[in-house]
Amino acid sequence: MNKTKLFLMLPLIGMLSCGKAKTEDQGNETSSAATSVTIKGSDTVLPLAQKEAEDLMKGNKEISITVVGGGSGVGLTALIDGTTDIAMASRDMKTEEKLKFSEMNKEIEEVIIAYDALTVIVNPANKVSKLTREQLEKIFTGQITNWKEVGGEDGKIVAYSRESSSGTYEFFKDEVLDKKNYASNILSLPATGAIVQAVGQTKGAIGYIGLAYETKEVKQLAVSYDEGKTFIEPSVASAKDKTYPISRPLFYMFDKTNAAKVKTVVDFALSDEGQKIVSEIGYVPLK
Amino acid sequence: MKTNFKQIKEKIIETILMLSSAATSITVVLIVFFLFVEGAGVFNKKPIDDGFLLAVSAENTVHKLQPSQIKDIYDQKITNWKELGGKDQAIVLFRAGDITDYYTEEELGENFEFFPDKINELVAKTPGIIAFFSDKYKAKDFTGRELDIDKIKVSEFLTGEEWFPTAQPIAQMGVKPLIYGTLWVSFGAILLALPIGLAAAIYLSEIAKKRTRSILKPIIELLAGIPSVVYGFFGLVIIVPLIQSTFNLPVGETGLAGSVVLAIMALPTIITISEDAMRNTPRAMKEASLALGASQWQTIYKVVMPYSASGITAGAILGIGRAIGETMAVLMVTGNAAVIPTTLLEPVRTIPATIAAELGEAPNGGLHYEALFALGCILFIITFGINMLVEVVTNRKSHKKH
Repeated sequence: MNKTKLFLMLPLIGMLSCGKAKTEDQGNETSSAATSVTIKGSDTVLPLAQKEAEDLMKGNKEISITVVGGGSGVGLTALIDGTTDIAMASRDMKTEEKLKFSEMNKEIEEVIIAYDALTVIVNPANKVSKLTREQLEKIFTGQITNWKEVGGEDGKIVAYSRESSSGTYEFFKDEVLDKKNYASNILSLPATGAIVQAVGQTKGAIGYIGLAYETKEVKQLAVSYDEGKTFIEPSVASAKDKTYPISRPLFYMFDKTNAAKVKTVVDFALSDEGQKIVSEIGYVPLK
Repeated sequence: MKTNFKQIKEKIIETILMLSSAATSITVVLIVFFLFVEGAGVFNKKPIDDGFLLAVSAENTVHKLQPSQIKDIYDQKITNWKELGGKDQAIVLFRAGDITDYYTEEELGENFEFFPDKINELVAKTPGIIAFFSDKYKAKDFTGRELDIDKIKVSEFLTGEEWFPTAQPIAQMGVKPLIYGTLWVSFGAILLALPIGLAAAIYLSEIAKKRTRSILKPIIELLAGIPSVVYGFFGLVIIVPLIQSTFNLPVGETGLAGSVVLAIMALPTIITISEDAMRNTPRAMKEASLALGASQWQTIYKVVMPYSASGITAGAILGIGRAIGETMAVLMVTGNAAVIPTTLLEPVRTIPATIAAELGEAPNGGLHYEALFALGCILFIITFGINMLVEVVTNRKSHKKH
């Protein structure tokens, strides 16, 4: 009867719906009048690209933009596979990736659309106001554990980091820790807001956040990349003139043969309007 | 005609009912199956990125390295081959991206066509080197020696004490700190929540006046409706500083903070379910006990509690279930440091928090992704085990009493 048939169907339906969704989102190549552009990659750039896309689409009905996150690596892989028009990246291409593009005879154009800077923060009650890169490395890899070793009061250092899925985590690791791994007793929190909150209420705390997040509950540290000769205070100005060392460019990357299609998007990102959004989101504008 | 129609209607309803129960059980089985299939994949992989290799110079006498040793080498904690049983020679670290430190872009060729040869040359002329690169750039006449890397073993996965799933070049997959963290936080939560929950349930069902009860019960039930993120934020802002100042700790994000938050979250479940069970005690039984001269306390202890034991256990199981599986609140208050805790006053990292925090970035089907699924399997086994245990205990108790 019907019942038995249905009973047989059910596991099938279940299996089908449990199938792994491994298919990548393909770039929408619709032949309608509107051009559709896919932007994929870094989660750091994501909020910026999202806001710019929204504003651009509001003013220009001819264009439809899809913005997808996933990380810089994901975006570049998609660009290699040709499944995205623009890759967002919060780092330069790795040699490996350059090799892949050259294998495929693709010429890639990199456009810097903004800068992102990290600030090292401590509790306002902390007397330490500057650290060298080497000291930061030792703190986050667990070799320095007391504030008195870096000129502060006697007290345990409590280091906060972002989760490993965050681009900021990788950036800090590459830039400040010289690619060494964080110590395993580092506390990791899921969001920048949580780090500000925790550092603000923990006396011996140290953490890092995007420059945009500066708040009164925490104290920002000046850092030195030349073993203590010059210490640079973090600020939008010092990030802009590139004297502040812990900053990185944010890129849009695209295939040169595809330049005409993505021109509107890239131009908008570089326009005054686009750069205003950069400041609103909390990154450092180009000019 | 009419009866026929009615019969068909009943048949349809019956089928729908049967289908929904069948669908639920099949879904559960499929989910568990899927979880274990994905999770088992981790033991089929090497802890190195797919298609990459680690190579040393041919003259090097070190043949085998443990994952933890490789991590220490790249963290520059081990800087001489002597420490690994090799020759007295400084270790030179090399990653594919460092090639530009040794050769100019012209030397590598316009399209990097000399890349494999240059790596080969570099490995050959640097006796202390350890090189990490994609096997696509391994020259045909590669003179260096590739290091053997073992697949991840179940025992290493369970007893490893370091969790660095994204470490380059070798991922460190030790889940022991995560398992301990989960157990510490959950048991702490249950130790706090069970006595308070039971006391509140007894008060509400047996002692409180009708008016008090009608005010208290909706308030307690309201607790269950608060989203867990709110609990997490509350914990981070209120409980964490409180614990820090009370115990005079350097850091307030501890297992205890997680336990307190989870206990608060588990309370409404425990209270509501045990209270309902206690109120279901037949009036005749209670009155018989009182008529025999037992005091109110004796009645509660000897009659009401044993009668509602299964309901109380159900409440406790659901409470524990919520505690073990809870992510967001715990993620925000426990500090998430992957170290093996020795007291509740240390930061801990739990399994659900790890999965929630890391799954977003783990590439689909990769090693990290499968390791997170394996963590899900472990979590499933833990909850399943606790449920079974409670079941066994209550069964034994009810046999004795009746």
